[in-house]
Amino acid sequence: MKARCPECDGEIEVYDDVINGEIVTCPECGMDFEVVIEEKGEIKLVPAEVEGEDWGE
Amino acid sequence: MRIGESEMTIEIGLVYDRIRWEEKQLLKAAQDREIKVKMVDSRKESVNLLSNYEEISETFGDPVLQRCISYFRGLHLTAILESKGVRVVNSFDVSLKCGNKLFTTLTLSKAGVPVPETMAAFTMDGVFKALNDLGYPAVLKPVVGSWGRLMAILKDKETTQAIIELREKINNALLQIYYVQKWVDRPPRDIRVVVVGDEVVAASYRYSPVDDWRTNVARGGKSEACPITPELEEVALKAAEAVGGGVLAVDCMESREKGLLVHEVNNTVEFRGLASTTNVDIAGKIIEYVAGVVKR
Repeated sequence: MKARCPECDGEIEVYDDVINGEIVTCPECGMDFEVVIEEKGEIKLVPAEVEGEDWGE
Repeated sequence: MRIGESEMTIEIGLVYDRIRWEEKQLLKAAQDREIKVKMVDSRKESVNLLSNYEEISETFGDPVLQRCISYFRGLHLTAILESKGVRVVNSFDVSLKCGNKLFTTLTLSKAGVPVPETMAAFTMDGVFKALNDLGYPAVLKPVVGSWGRLMAILKDKETTQAIIELREKINNALLQIYYVQKWVDRPPRDIRVVVVGDEVVAASYRYSPVDDWRTNVARGGKSEACPITPELEEVALKAAEAVGGGVLAVDCMESREKGLLVHEVNNTVEFRGLASTTNVDIAGKIIEYVAGVVKR
């Protein structure tokens, strides 16, 4: 399925087997978004959390 | 083992704050094995510190595979879960030791695991005193941090002074702990070994990208297959055991002078790069280990 980039209105491909919380990147502007699957199964894209200094392994 | 518990009835809590490639593989591995998994987004939870085991395990599952990308978030949540009786992989103690390079080096060194020569200092003067012993170049690493962030090569007195001055200006107490390592003469790669329980599951070389000296895959480092030699296996298992065991990534350098040296043990293993070099089902091994934790 396709979603619209909230930042630049570009087209973002979201696969059917997407998991709640997965990150998608807009191929046009490069912004990262987190996929939020709402109760009715609708997809919402929210800006992904920015890398923190304690992120990693 | 609690009454009536078996691999069929357990529900693994996969606690996360970001779905990486690894989390998807872990979920799939559990589904393939018909092991129930509860995906718990740690960012959405609030936890009553006075709650009991039943309440906590209802929300988080038991055992829990701790996969938070934020180290402190994962560490503090693990502290809560463990204190309520939930079994967490990796444990609080393991996470504490692995999340801080100074603690890791102390732990490994005490257990007789070969590590690079390392000094700690707490001021600019202290760093220069350490460099009198270690010589230039040396490597300055933050005690907490991943993916090679803020790692610096101290090439001479002038660059060292500039780097320390910059770190002094950053309002973060942990960055005033200076962990200085002797430069290790080695090929432009390191070795990542994934250890699950008492088994070495897979290993890969990680080569630095052309425009960087760091080998972190998160920095563009490239993974290639690496044979698991008896020496590598022994060092990796010893390192994993020293920090307390679990699901761990032991990173080693091949010192031309001293052989294998362990410079890091990671407690929230990223294995995407490694997985591209091997047919071993790393996610499957991890899920089976976590499911088996209830029996131990």
